[in-house]
Amino acid sequence: MRSEYKLIFERSKAGRRGCDLPALDVPELCELVPEGMRAERRLNLPEIAEVDLVRHYTNLSRRNYGVDNGFYPLGSCTMKYNPKICEELPALFNGLHPLLDADMTQGALDMLYHLDQALCEITGMDKFTLQPAAGAHGEYTGLMIIRAYHELRQDAARTTIIVPDAAHGTNPASAAMAGFKIKEIKSAPDGSVDLDALRAAVGPDTAGLMLTNPSTLGLFETRISEIAQIVHEAGGLLYYDGANLNAIMGIVRPGDMGFDVMHVNLHKTFSTPHGGGGPGSGPVGVKAELIPYLPTPVIMACHGGRVTLDYNRPLSIGKVKSFFGNFSVMVKAYAYILSLGGRGLREASENAVLNANYVKEMLKDTYGLPYDRICMHECVLTPGELEQGGVRTLDIAKALIDRGYHPMTVYFPLIVHEAMMIEPTESESRETLDAFIAAMKDIAREAKEAPEALHAAPVTTPVGRPDEVTAARKPVVRYTADEDNR
Amino acid sequence: MRSYVPNTENERRELLEAIGLDSMEALFADIPQELRLKRELDLGAGMSEAEVRRVFEAYAANTRTGLPLFRGAGAYNHYIPAVIPHLLSRSEFYTAYTPYQAEMSQGMLQGIFEYQTLMCELTGLDVSNASVYDGATAAAEAMFMLRDAKRKRKVLVSAGLHPEVRLTMATYAHANGVELVEIPLTDACGTDMDALSANMEGAAGYICACPNFYGCIEDMNAVADKTHELGGLFVSYVNPISLGALKRPGDYGADIAVGDAQPLGMPLSFGGPYCGFMCATNKLMRNLPGRIVGQTRDADGGRVFVLTLQAREQHIRRDKASSNICSNQTLCALAAAMYLSAMGPEGMAEVAELNMQKARYLADGIARIPGATLRYPQASFFNEFVVDFAKDSSVVSAALKAKGYVGGLRLAYYDKEDGGMLFCATEQNFRSEIDGLILALEEVLR
Amino acid sequence: MTPNDRRYTRDHEWILIEGNSARIGITDYAQDALGEIVYVELPAVGDSYAVGDSLAVVESVKAVSQIYTCVEGTVTEVNEALEEAPELLNSAAFDTCIAVLEIASVDESKLMSAQEYDAHVAAL
Repeated sequence: MRSEYKLIFERSKAGRRGCDLPALDVPELCELVPEGMRAERRLNLPEIAEVDLVRHYTNLSRRNYGVDNGFYPLGSCTMKYNPKICEELPALFNGLHPLLDADMTQGALDMLYHLDQALCEITGMDKFTLQPAAGAHGEYTGLMIIRAYHELRQDAARTTIIVPDAAHGTNPASAAMAGFKIKEIKSAPDGSVDLDALRAAVGPDTAGLMLTNPSTLGLFETRISEIAQIVHEAGGLLYYDGANLNAIMGIVRPGDMGFDVMHVNLHKTFSTPHGGGGPGSGPVGVKAELIPYLPTPVIMACHGGRVTLDYNRPLSIGKVKSFFGNFSVMVKAYAYILSLGGRGLREASENAVLNANYVKEMLKDTYGLPYDRICMHECVLTPGELEQGGVRTLDIAKALIDRGYHPMTVYFPLIVHEAMMIEPTESESRETLDAFIAAMKDIAREAKEAPEALHAAPVTTPVGRPDEVTAARKPVVRYTADEDNR
Repeated sequence: MRSYVPNTENERRELLEAIGLDSMEALFADIPQELRLKRELDLGAGMSEAEVRRVFEAYAANTRTGLPLFRGAGAYNHYIPAVIPHLLSRSEFYTAYTPYQAEMSQGMLQGIFEYQTLMCELTGLDVSNASVYDGATAAAEAMFMLRDAKRKRKVLVSAGLHPEVRLTMATYAHANGVELVEIPLTDACGTDMDALSANMEGAAGYICACPNFYGCIEDMNAVADKTHELGGLFVSYVNPISLGALKRPGDYGADIAVGDAQPLGMPLSFGGPYCGFMCATNKLMRNLPGRIVGQTRDADGGRVFVLTLQAREQHIRRDKASSNICSNQTLCALAAAMYLSAMGPEGMAEVAELNMQKARYLADGIARIPGATLRYPQASFFNEFVVDFAKDSSVVSAALKAKGYVGGLRLAYYDKEDGGMLFCATEQNFRSEIDGLILALEEVLR
Repeated sequence: MTPNDRRYTRDHEWILIEGNSARIGITDYAQDALGEIVYVELPAVGDSYAVGDSLAVVESVKAVSQIYTCVEGTVTEVNEALEEAPELLNSAAFDTCIAVLEIASVDESKLMSAQEYDAHVAAL
């Protein structure tokens, strides 16, 4: 199965081209570039015929694995099926320039306004900005709003954001980027927020708490109302990390749980494809009190159905990105919301939670289960007693690859030793789940009988486990013809 | 209603039974009753594919596209080779997550490695990351790179950067105590060198655009040299398609090059998704934010691509990370790589030349119209230029629209005091429509 | 064996004081916990640090560790060999210093003897 695949540069033949251009149809002038600013030489780019370009990328795609290839239970990433109708619609707007007069873009603005309204209904917030391009970008935007809120109240002492130790790495990173200090609090033994630790952590310096609910352990914070009360009474705001929203659509809303600011990941919950790492979209919703701080422009509906962009917002945190965000992604997400409707979104969440609990129950006797209770849309397992035989989470993940599955999220959350975080989503049928469960049991059997075979996994892939140490010690991050690139 | 849940009602019951629960409700027992939403979400009943399609066709029908477009200002109308959308629709690419599992993600990892190599060649620098959200956030991240590399909080930025880029940088600077100092443009639309010298004390570096927001090409050699001479690092914000004709940032000594790769194969799409690119010298490699793909070997000695230098990133370094970025714009980066590979050296030289020639032809035509003057007649420009009119720009713009043309951007959009218009011509504007626009303007200004 | 010629911190750094200068490194326990070290971010010669400041950063593939200084002072020397060969910290942690500081003051309360440090590690 092992095979290398040539780089595009290694296919280049002088004189070939993959695209042509229209001839110059205006009188040609010379010396349009000032002397010192002319290109020094021809760019050294690949020269490829169109057919070879197509085959190159087609074959590269065959060395990749997406949701359309098979089960992708990557925890915290919500790798649900991406409906094809949603993929077709953005092309309707391909030629729409972002800086046209508003009378030429009404349809697009209207769509954005309706998406904003739909997100408000789903989350219980009062207004969204659609500008942030990803979840982490949304976190940053939300935290800047929290910062602006305290600043306007002349409460400059509020410089600390509290983050549970189970949080996504983006939470503390975003808080630091928004200029906050971070106070990490330990989780209680049952995986929830330790209320005593929270009480001890809040104070006059508390700007807010960032929370994922259900948590990164896939567990719902049952005492969320108390958490909200503690933070609010201390003068802080509550930030909701929407990474796990897929568990609760139509069942409970962050806005009703006491959260003041949140982001949603359209590329998780609302089924827009991840694109191999983006583009995503991370709209940020706020309660009414925080609307003045949203990034500019804010999309507003006027009387008579016209939609406008409001730039005149003196308390706004400013812009976090050019134009209005990743528009095409929003088209796909709104198409998904319209397809499912209110009942369909609830059905999606119910089945996501059902599938996760089914996988957890079927595997809990084979693997370790650190938190044995009903989970939400994902569950966290560990190798359990297999670890005594020298088999680690990484081996199990790689063994799954040989069985045709994308591995679960591994070594996260950090508070669980050798964590394996499985999120099946609602997209998967019983047959798929049963086959995955059987594969996991087969791996456990092999781990006991022939653990060394697992250390060699994967063997069915074009490449084996990469030497990450050399990659980091002696970084080779671009192709150069004269080096040993073979 | 369209459901994408495969399991039937019966199968759901079986699954519930298998885990020993009697209802869906029991799955949510942990959620306190008083917090529950006790009604259905008010989002309608759900629609069939045909109905959804009709809704969006109606939205699209309420927009106006297809008119001859002479507007750029950060979003450019370039030809997109047909291979790009075709290849991007390979769902092994677009339905994949970030390539954490290298063995089953070699396709995307190699694609990004090729993108990084292509961007290095385009900018003349040593290393590239795998992309950030857009040009504006790339500039903001470059500002942090300057701060961290020089351990200084003051950063100089040219007034010639796109206003949206400067606004985004201002937001990012505010929270981090970065002092952004704007260096004004001269009457010739270049960096005010005296202001640059006067403000460089204590600054980490200078971020300057070429071509700048007003389309002008300034002598970046002189600006880069001056910045270095005064002890700063130099960041060049470039339009990537201009580099088929213009000197590369690395060739005039830039330490960092950033910009938006939208011109390289991404549709206008009402402003996004586009693709921020960031390239730097080897020395600044570990200051780059976001993902980087590296080459290594597997146990058999085979070539493998893998995400590397990850200890810089948020999932490991958390609050000490160089940036919080996680998802980026990978699929757009892949589009840029496809574009550069399809165009090749000749194609990139030709497209840059076509843009300059057409923009010059348009500018010369407009300059001959009474009541229209080029604001920077002496300056060289790439594919954009500023025109001032004897009439109010809103009148000119509306009259052009009535004649079926999307004219230049009214600069009043960003600065109420500015009566100019920023015109753009690309290889997409054929002579017939350029002549048409000039004629229309003549009539409007008569 | 934990060398007796120097002192230790709870964060697994060692400090060897010779006259007015302090050599600082990480312990064998620290390098083992980090795994294969791929990069060391060194301080700049001439920079001054207060007690508790992050002096250097040590990276493995999947982890990162800040090296905090228990000495106030100015960096007089850095171990440039680590730029090319960060693995020296894995192979000889106690023989590989990261930086040398000219001491302005030392926070003695944070320092342990080899015996005390061994007990600290044993209790982890």
